[in-house]
Amino acid sequence: MSLIPLSAGFLPLLDSVLLVLAREKGFAAAEGLDLLLVKETSWANIRDRAALGHFDFAQMLAPMPIAATLGLTPLAVPMITPMILGLGNNGVTVSAGLWKRMADAGAPATLEAGPVGAALKRVVQASGRKLRFGVVHQTSSHNYELRYWLMASGIAPDRDIEIVVLPPPLLPEALGSNGIDGYCVGEPWNTVGVKNAGAHIATVKASIWRSSPDKVIGMRAHWAEANSEIVAGLIRAVHHAARWCGESANHAEIAQIMSSPHYLGLPADLILPALDGRLDIGGGVAASVPDHFVPYERAANFPWTSHAMWFYSQMVRWGEVVHTPERARAAAMTFRPDVYRSALAPQGVPIPVSDSKVEGLLAGPTEVAATRGTAVIGPDGFFDGQVFDPARIESYLEAQKAQQ
Amino acid sequence: MPKRDLSILIIDENRSRASIIEEGLREAGHQRVLVIHDVSDVARTLQAAMPDVVVIDLENPKRDTLEHFFSLSRAIQRPIAMFVDHSDEATIEKAVEAGVSAYVVDGLKKERVKPILDMAVSRFNAFARLTRELEQAKSELEDRKIIDQAKAILLRTRRLAEADAYALLRKTAMNQNRRIVEIAQSLVTADSLLGPEE
Repeated sequence: MSLIPLSAGFLPLLDSVLLVLAREKGFAAAEGLDLLLVKETSWANIRDRAALGHFDFAQMLAPMPIAATLGLTPLAVPMITPMILGLGNNGVTVSAGLWKRMADAGAPATLEAGPVGAALKRVVQASGRKLRFGVVHQTSSHNYELRYWLMASGIAPDRDIEIVVLPPPLLPEALGSNGIDGYCVGEPWNTVGVKNAGAHIATVKASIWRSSPDKVIGMRAHWAEANSEIVAGLIRAVHHAARWCGESANHAEIAQIMSSPHYLGLPADLILPALDGRLDIGGGVAASVPDHFVPYERAANFPWTSHAMWFYSQMVRWGEVVHTPERARAAAMTFRPDVYRSALAPQGVPIPVSDSKVEGLLAGPTEVAATRGTAVIGPDGFFDGQVFDPARIESYLEAQKAQQ
Repeated sequence: MPKRDLSILIIDENRSRASIIEEGLREAGHQRVLVIHDVSDVARTLQAAMPDVVVIDLENPKRDTLEHFFSLSRAIQRPIAMFVDHSDEATIEKAVEAGVSAYVVDGLKKERVKPILDMAVSRFNAFARLTRELEQAKSELEDRKIIDQAKAILLRTRRLAEADAYALLRKTAMNQNRRIVEIAQSLVTADSLLGPEE
């Protein structure tokens, strides 16, 4: 039987790994798919070429399909996200000079968002110039998480510090040449900053917003509807890749595969730490962050509509879109737990039966009702203890407005 | 009142390609064409040049940076991607295939922008063709060098005349269903392995 060709764009980041493994370990072929992966140079290219249909689907920043559905981006066509490519993976890295000032101001080398943010606030207050932080894209989880962390730490982005956009591979270099003081990016580019630019990882996504999505599969809604069998096959292939990726015994081989010039083009020893959750955070300090990157466990691939709603709330917060109930609904419906469930439930995979959850209620791993038995999810929520209930988004937006 | 000449900004890290596009636009009568090679300079440039149209190559990893500058910039009217208009998908398709992206100040009539974009696309394609031809010429030159080396080996070891040496290479290639340059390359490699130590 000949395979169905399926093309996808990706950027050189660790969390392209599930797509890479789906291809390299034969999971896609087992579903009858010939997965062709095209390395791109910018999220703008991914967005344009996915919208034009040059790619059948793409690895996207979680907020990208939402922005497209809401018509906020060029060439906007309605997009859906039927699957998440893992939880976590981002970090906030600062230059050696900034870290020294933060440490002097009381920042612990523990990656804890709260105390590290408090120290950064003291540095920002004492700084003679505006510090500058880089993120990978305006419509990115990185931008929203960095802003959330700063704001909750008493630092107003745009007013107290400047945020610029640079592609991931250029961030460590920009830090080294003093163009920026810090950045929020996915692995391996925090580790690269530590190794090549003497930088320090200050905190991680896993501390700012626990068990939260970063990259997703994004595809045109019309295409997905017309090709539902292919979409289901893709979900199954990536599901198997994710399970395989979650086995620590496979990490060394995965780092080897990802180091190829087709994918990251970096030595395997810069890729392995994030997979293992053992980060060299700079200054010879090794930190264990077991949930730094979660490719499979804790229903990592399940597209919670509440996650989509949180990204939407931040688009509203930072003035990218004006809130209406219709837009909120459209944003939530961009994430498609129903598509995910219908592809995998027949295989006996336990999948949460609820589409949405209140962010910040799970203090630890918790059993929830699943299509078969139970599934374990969490912990979840934000470092400052704020709870996000998507059913009460208006009051959440009000509270955030008051904070600013 | 005659229409104001549009201000066009070209951003391309490839200097030769940038000048080919610039030249094309000037020939087409556009006087206000500015070229920069690094997106990092763009904030200043946007203020100074107030471009109506910005052309950038798709391979540029700083497209995201540029779009962010646009969203921040208050100095100029907010430019939007040419792609925003779905009515001309063929143009968009051609542009993306050629590797061009463009941003246009909101409100500009499509008839004014399309010729600029068409020019950029055709120059991008012309440049790609030139590059390809250059690569081909280079590789043909390489091939000829290797064949000459192989002929020299045959001249030396088999004491053949030059024409006969070439004929022998060609005949061997035909018999083995391979290219002459491949046979020549094997011979050169074998000679370097078996030949006298230098």
